Amino acid sequence: MIRVHDLVKTFGEFRAVDNISFQVEKGEIFAFLGPNGAGKTTTIKMLTTLLKPTSGRVELDGLNPAVKQNEARQRFGIVFQDPSLDSELTGYENMDLHGVLYHVPRKIRIERIERLLKLFELWERRNDRIKQFSGGMKRRLEIARGLLHTPKILFLDEPTLGLDPQSRNQLWTHVKNLNESEQVTVFLTTHYMDEADRVADRIAVIDHGRIVAQGSPAELKEQTSSDSLEQAFLTLTGSSIRDESAGSADQLRQFAKMWKR
Amino acid sequence: MGPIYILWLRELKRYVRSRAQIAASLGQPLLYLLALGFGLGPIFQKSGHGSYLQFIAPGVIAMTVLFTSIFSGIALLWDRQFGFLKETLVAPVPRITIMIGRTLGGATVAMIQGVLVIIVCLIAGFRPVNLAAVPLAFGFMLLIAVVFGALGTAIGSVLQDMQGFQLIMNFLVLPIFFLSGALFPLTNLPKALGIVTSIDPLSYGVDGLRGALAGISHFGPAIDLSVLCILAAIFLGIGSFLFSRIQL
Repeated sequence: MIRVHDLVKTFGEFRAVDNISFQVEKGEIFAFLGPNGAGKTTTIKMLTTLLKPTSGRVELDGLNPAVKQNEARQRFGIVFQDPSLDSELTGYENMDLHGVLYHVPRKIRIERIERLLKLFELWERRNDRIKQFSGGMKRRLEIARGLLHTPKILFLDEPTLGLDPQSRNQLWTHVKNLNESEQVTVFLTTHYMDEADRVADRIAVIDHGRIVAQGSPAELKEQTSSDSLEQAFLTLTGSSIRDESAGSADQLRQFAKMWKR
Repeated sequence: MGPIYILWLRELKRYVRSRAQIAASLGQPLLYLLALGFGLGPIFQKSGHGSYLQFIAPGVIAMTVLFTSIFSGIALLWDRQFGFLKETLVAPVPRITIMIGRTLGGATVAMIQGVLVIIVCLIAGFRPVNLAAVPLAFGFMLLIAVVFGALGTAIGSVLQDMQGFQLIMNFLVLPIFFLSGALFPLTNLPKALGIVTSIDPLSYGVDGLRGALAGISHFGPAIDLSVLCILAAIFLGIGSFLFSRIQL
């Protein structure tokens, strides 16, 4: 369903994604793990047409997203790392807007919005504006929205960030059910190793832009002879803390970037 | 058509729901109209130009349309900051469609805001000289809205964060307004100011509006119309080019 071959993305000198290759089969739940700044989000952005790869090949359901952009976009749903709802619109309006943008016919749109909002327990709050929603509700709405156009692939970029254990648990239960009932391929990133261990069929660990290990959770644990996935992850990526915050030079560079393109 | 309509509708809904903002945005035009209109009125009258209120009202209307449309374009920055932009950029819809929907929505909002200010002007004592020319005035308002909505989109596509916003405000939007002849007649200006005002796109919008509403025109409606149409085409082109290049 997803094929990535020798994918590279550089920002100036910095190689954010450095020659990665992997495949995700249809109906699989694939977890992409890595420390902060390892290149997870950059990879997702390239897979979802938001960023042009420097080099390498990407195939989504047999389509090259760089060439057949809109056909490829129709085939996936995405939940971004940070919220992407319009907070002035209601839950229902956000869903409806999405349905229109994805060319879902009106009748089907109305049916599916109702079904998904009920499934994610948001139907009672459908006429409230998003700014009155809690973090967990927003997340659930974003996943419901991502599924509205019956995508073949669902991208989840750290969907449980900032959620309480209850919401996280519920969210993954939903995702697993959908994966089983609708055969949606799921590509996810997370920092919670227990979640990856629980839901993922296969895992790739990325560090410094390179994939350092791939396999099922059990295989990864075996490879590193550790008891937990967290242990395996630390063995693979080292235990030093990644500094993602920008120094003053970076900030200046960012400021300059605003003006020249 | 669906995507354009739904994005247009979104702009309208956001506008209608921010009632406090609507009220706040009427404050500034009101101040210009009352403080300058009545404050400078006697001097203007004595120098033989007629009623300053009649003169400045089209300028204040143009100002409102300018501010509303350019900000609705720059609101792209807000959408970028609050994430909604990504939702529209991964949708299976050509970027140009998204830009058209947004710009039309912004232009509609600017028109509504302009009409509100016209009503305020009428209450303050402004009277259009020729009712038959009022549709032409709406045409000019729409052109101003499209020209600056597209410019706002172009700027919003390039800016990466909020810090640049204040700069744009002080070094672009306010000069466009103050150097447009919205507040003073374009005749007998010092040479340098004369040149600057004639490159300011808003000068033609203000002049067209003033010609239609108050019967005073500097360039003539034909020139005003052609300049604004050409600029609309150019800015829409630049805006959609820059918008299509956004990467997140």
